[in-house]
Amino acid sequence: MGSLLTTRIEEAKAKGRKAVIPYLPFCHPDCERFWTEIEGMDAAGADVIEVGVPFSDPVADGPVIEEAVNECLERGACLKGILDGLAERKGKLHAAIVLMGYVNPFMQYGWEKFAADAAAAGVSGLIVPDLPYEEAGEIKALLRAQGLDLVPLVGLNTSADRLALYAEDASGFAYFVSVLGTTGARDSLPEEVFEKLTLARKAFTVPLALGFGIKTPEQAARFGDLADAVVIGSAIVSHTKAGGSAAQFLAPFLK
Amino acid sequence: MTPKKDTTPTDSGYYGEFGGRFVPELLMPPVLELTRAAQEIVASKEFQDEFTAILRDYVGRPSALYHCPNISRELGLEFWLKREDLNHTGAHKINNTIGQALLTKKMGKPRIIAETGAGQHGVATATAAAMLGLECVVYMGEIDVERQAHNVRRMELLGATVVPAKNGTKTLKDAVNLALKDWIANQRTTHYCIGSVIGPHPFPELVRDFQAVIGLEAKEQFAARTMGRLPDAVVACVGGGSNAMGMFHAFVPETSVRLIGVEAAGTGEPGCYHSSSLSQGTPGVFQGTLTKLLQTEQGQIEPSHSVAPGLDYPGVGPEHAWLQATGRAEYYCLKDDRALNAFFVLCRKEGIIPALESSHAVGWVLDNADRLPKGGNVIVCLSGRGDKDMGIVEEVLAKDPSAYSDIYSAKYAVKGPKEGK
Repeated sequence: MGSLLTTRIEEAKAKGRKAVIPYLPFCHPDCERFWTEIEGMDAAGADVIEVGVPFSDPVADGPVIEEAVNECLERGACLKGILDGLAERKGKLHAAIVLMGYVNPFMQYGWEKFAADAAAAGVSGLIVPDLPYEEAGEIKALLRAQGLDLVPLVGLNTSADRLALYAEDASGFAYFVSVLGTTGARDSLPEEVFEKLTLARKAFTVPLALGFGIKTPEQAARFGDLADAVVIGSAIVSHTKAGGSAAQFLAPFLK
Repeated sequence: MTPKKDTTPTDSGYYGEFGGRFVPELLMPPVLELTRAAQEIVASKEFQDEFTAILRDYVGRPSALYHCPNISRELGLEFWLKREDLNHTGAHKINNTIGQALLTKKMGKPRIIAETGAGQHGVATATAAAMLGLECVVYMGEIDVERQAHNVRRMELLGATVVPAKNGTKTLKDAVNLALKDWIANQRTTHYCIGSVIGPHPFPELVRDFQAVIGLEAKEQFAARTMGRLPDAVVACVGGGSNAMGMFHAFVPETSVRLIGVEAAGTGEPGCYHSSSLSQGTPGVFQGTLTKLLQTEQGQIEPSHSVAPGLDYPGVGPEHAWLQATGRAEYYCLKDDRALNAFFVLCRKEGIIPALESSHAVGWVLDNADRLPKGGNVIVCLSGRGDKDMGIVEEVLAKDPSAYSDIYSAKYAVKGPKEGK
């Protein structure tokens, strides 16, 4: 069975555009509106939706997401709440669902139980920033046994050797981090992204998503066919926090 | 997975089930670069000679091993202190920062960053950076900036920039998060000088090896004073655990020597915040390593507390978690008030003002002398001096002037000149 994450990204490509992957942490802007926003983004045509699993110490995230996640935790956000909510909506969302979170909450839930419950809730894959190749082996196997993809994160400083390691058995898509830094909308991306994306493009057979720092369709468009998908996080979080709708924010990316 | 030999982690940095490298891929290149540098540069004779010379001429090593006559008499055992408080900058932290700053320079990086809780590691990093000509930025929780204002001024005098962590619990763990983020962004020019035996491999091993001088000296000094004997126990306070690992390392193979780590139990009432990751925590992944943590059932990191800011951290070095799991080391916890009691006892009985961190180790021995062999020899690592803690002590006394004088005068009555020997 092929990966739904790959399928959704390829479907967008067939429509002549980059796949759009919005990120929203669970319980942002509040626990109820979170699901309204997810359903809204799905209806608007988001291809993959990245649901953030709140963690108290999000080391790869910048100030916007860190603050949002801390608020989510105060509202009682937990992994079980996400899986229960997704299970209720299983079969009703067209977008593929990928969870983004740090190792410890998954580990405390129990990786094996998590893999089974996540698959049952309709989750297609996982992005775990603090799980580099060296630590991922057994976990990747457990996830794969349930049909879940572990999405590799690579970046500007990932060597060709390490790209090859990640590419060897990558599934779903590969996430290319566009800056040497944390998440957060930026006005411009470093020039070396072109060169490094080209290297990553050669290494991976799975689709490539570009993320960190993206806030406009123009930024993503500059990279042409080098990226198949674009991840939008902090910009949506700021927009929804200010009362805007996530679907509305995504509209220009989905044209 | 078992370590290759007793205390050497596996190639991927595991001590038994603890350790590893749980960092974003963006941090793997500098972590791997550091692993190679530790193997090639730190292991070289040239580096070791230079490091040893700086420790001798600048830090003031070897630090004294002091036999405390008055406390020994009262406890009925031989009570020794390994005097890391006598080092330049007043704590054991300088051993590690000199090592890492020297390594930074040899790696060709011009900038060093650090996190600090009590401020001692920040001061030590700023000192080493000034001495070796490196730019220095220190991250410090906003609450600690207030609690340790004196150390902030010292760091600034030494040329470092102090950046307050205003997020999360505004303490040490948030300073570590900020430093990790800085390292991700500036890895090409910057080394992150972690201040304890925590973080991703190779930090726990690297820091331990720079601190191992404490135990090596203590072992040699003790043997020289006792015709080649070993102590019955060595005792050290444990926050992240670097002074304890430094003290324990040389004694790990000596199975007749009890290794005793003392954590901070905080105020001690049920449900209070504390810093006893080994005594009361559970395994999990935090800030780059799999170790024992204070966390909720959902895996969120819980706030910690100790009257000693340097112990106020919700995790602990993975090698300690392993030493505990294998039964080689014992870990206990001590409440704030008992640490303060020990603080006063050491002041009055021996004329030494200890750091509140070290007071936990002293306090455990004072309160548990009956669990140690009568007439036996116990070495406590006095990891730092207490000048920095004057504000905290004064605050405690201001709240309740009688409480602590009662505690220290009741059990270890301070004898005036007329009563004393």
